[in-house]
Amino acid sequence: MTKETLIVSLKGAKGTDPVRTLTEPRWVRVLLIVAAVLFIGLFLILPLFEVFASAFDKGWEYYFNAVRDPMAVSAIKLTLLTAFFSVVLNTIFGVASAWAITKFNFWGKNLLITLIDIPFSVSPVIAGLIYVLLFGLQGLWGKWFIDHNIHIIFAVPGIVLATIFVTFPFVSRELIPLMQEQGNDEEEAALVLGATGWQIFWKVTLPNIQWGLLYGVILCNARAMGEFGAVSVVSGHIRGLTNTLPLHVEILYNEYNFTAAFAVASLLTFLAIVTLIAKTIVGTRYEREKEILPSSLESEPSL
Amino acid sequence: MSIEVKNLTKTFNGFKAVQDISLKLESGSLVALLGPSGSGKSTLLRMIAGLEIPDSGEIHLTGREATYVSAKERNVGFVFQHYALFKHMNVYENIAFGLRVRNQSEKEIRDKVHDLLSLIQLSGFEKRYPSQLSGGQRQRVAVARALAPSPQVLLLDEPFGALDAKVREELRNWILKLHEETNVTTLFVTHDQNEALEVASRILIMNHGKIEQDGTPIEIFDHPATHFIAQFVGETNYIDTEVTEKGLAVWGPFRFPINPSFTAGQKVRIYFRPHDVYVTEQFETLQVKAKIKKTRFKGTVIEYLLDIGEGKSIFAQVPKGVALASGFKDGLDVYAAITAFHVFPL
Repeated sequence: MTKETLIVSLKGAKGTDPVRTLTEPRWVRVLLIVAAVLFIGLFLILPLFEVFASAFDKGWEYYFNAVRDPMAVSAIKLTLLTAFFSVVLNTIFGVASAWAITKFNFWGKNLLITLIDIPFSVSPVIAGLIYVLLFGLQGLWGKWFIDHNIHIIFAVPGIVLATIFVTFPFVSRELIPLMQEQGNDEEEAALVLGATGWQIFWKVTLPNIQWGLLYGVILCNARAMGEFGAVSVVSGHIRGLTNTLPLHVEILYNEYNFTAAFAVASLLTFLAIVTLIAKTIVGTRYEREKEILPSSLESEPSL
Repeated sequence: MSIEVKNLTKTFNGFKAVQDISLKLESGSLVALLGPSGSGKSTLLRMIAGLEIPDSGEIHLTGREATYVSAKERNVGFVFQHYALFKHMNVYENIAFGLRVRNQSEKEIRDKVHDLLSLIQLSGFEKRYPSQLSGGQRQRVAVARALAPSPQVLLLDEPFGALDAKVREELRNWILKLHEETNVTTLFVTHDQNEALEVASRILIMNHGKIEQDGTPIEIFDHPATHFIAQFVGETNYIDTEVTEKGLAVWGPFRFPINPSFTAGQKVRIYFRPHDVYVTEQFETLQVKAKIKKTRFKGTVIEYLLDIGEGKSIFAQVPKGVALASGFKDGLDVYAAITAFHVFPL
C-alpha cells in the first residue's frame, strides 16, 4: 500500500476524525454499554436495593428490634464464632499445605492437591451429610461420641466442622500459584545465609505472600459466614443454639416474617459489601506487588 | 578456605547430572566452572553449597568433611543468577540478613553493612528496595549479602547471566577487583567462555556431568584436551579428513604435519582457529592460493571466508589494521597458511 492510499483510508468517510473509524460505530458501543448496565442493574443492584428496602419496610424501629432479637443476636454470635474457627484453622492449614506443595517434593503431592480441591467439587449438602454419617447417632463414630457426652451433630462443633470443610481450599488455592511463581530462590538464599526454617518462614516467605494470604482469608471468611447448605444439614435448626445467620433468615422467611428476614439478611449483605471493599483494596495491593516482581532494568550508573 | 570434592555423583530421575567428579581448590583461588547448559555445573555448585544432596562422594570445606552438613551450617556465600534478593527488604536489610540470623549486635551489623556497601560502591543506597535498583546493582547487593557473614568460600551461579553485555563487562572487572581485595576462595559457574577466560586464574570445563579439562585459560585455549573443548572454547574451523601417510594429513591444498602415532587411513578431525590462518596478498612461504568470498566486520578483527578451491572454504581472521593496510576485499586473490592446529581421532 502506498503512503497516499494509507492516508486516505485513515481519514475514512468524508473527513471524519481518523480515530473514530478505528473503533466500533457509535450505535454498537451504545448498545453494548446499555446491555451491560441493564444486566448489572437487574441482577445485582436491584436485588441489593430490594434487600435493604424490604428490611426497612416497617421502619427503623422494627428493623432494630429484628436485629436485636435474642435469637438473631445468638445467630450473629454463632456465625462469627464459626467464621473465626474456620478462618484460623484454614489459614494455618492453607499456609502449611501451600508451603509443603510448593517448596518440597514428596510422594503423594498430586494426591494432596486433588484432595484440597474436593470441597469445591462436592455439593455443600453432601459435605454436611458426610459429617452426619460420621458423627450422627447412627454414624460411624457417633455412638462413641454420644457415650462420652460429646455432641457434634445438631450442635456447634458440627457447624464449625462443616464450615471448615466447605471453606477448606480458599487459602491454599490462593497461595499455591503465588508461591509456585515466586520459586525457592529467596528461601535458598536465606538458608545458605544461615537462617533456620522458622526464620525463613517468618522473615522471607510470609512477607512475600502476605497480600495473597489476606486475599485468601477474606474469601474464606466470606464463604464461612454465608455458608448455608452444609450447615443446614448438621445444625438441626435449634433456635438460639445452632442457628447461624443464613439459617435464621430462612426460618424467619418460612414463618412469613419477611421484614425481619430481610432485616437479618441485610446484615449478611452488609458483611458482603464490607468484604467486597476489603477484597478490592487488598486485591489492588496484591496486583501491585506482583507487578514489582519483574522489575525494570534501568541504565547502569558507571562503577 | 579450600574446597575439596571427591568422587561426587548426583542423578536426577535417571539423568546423571554429575558423574564421579573430584577437584581441589586452593585457598584464595578464583576458579571458573565452564560448560554448556545441562552439563551439571550448577548442580555441582549447589552440592558444594549444600542445596543439593549428593548420591555419593565427599565434600570437604577448609579441610573438614561437610558432605552432609546442612547448608545453614556450611558458611558459604552463594550468589544466584536471578539475584534472589529479598524483595520486601531494603538494601541494608538484605545485606544484614546473614548477620541478624547469627544474632550479631546492631553496631556490628551497621559497621559491616556500611563496609560492604562501600566495597560494592553503593553507599547511600541503604533505603532502596531491590525493585528500585538496576540489574547490575542488584547483583552487587547479592554479592555483598553473600559476603556479609564472612563465608569460607564464595560460590556464584551464572552471576552475570541475566545482565546485558556492557554491565557484564563492568561486573567482570569488578569481581576481579573484589577478589583481590577480599581474597576469598571463589568458584563461579558460567556458560560464557569469555567470562571464564578473562576472570578466572583456572578453568574447569564440564560436559555431560564430567570435568573434561582443568587448566589455566591459556592452556585451555591453546591446548584443548578434547573435541568438545576444541569446539566449545573460542571460534574454530574444523575439517574431517584421513591420515594420508605416517605423519601427514592432507585436506585440499593444505598439508598438516601430524603426530606419527596416527596410522595411515585413520579418520581425524583437525581444528584450527580463524586467527591462526595467516593471510597475505603476496606469496610468502608455504602458503596456498585462496580467494576472498565474504567479509564480516567483527570489531577488532575482520573475518574472511576464503575459497581454497575444490569447493572447500575456511574462515580466517585478520587484525583490522592489517586487513585495511593490505586492502583485502571480496574477490581478491590472496595466499593463506594454517599456523596452528589440533588433531583428534574421529
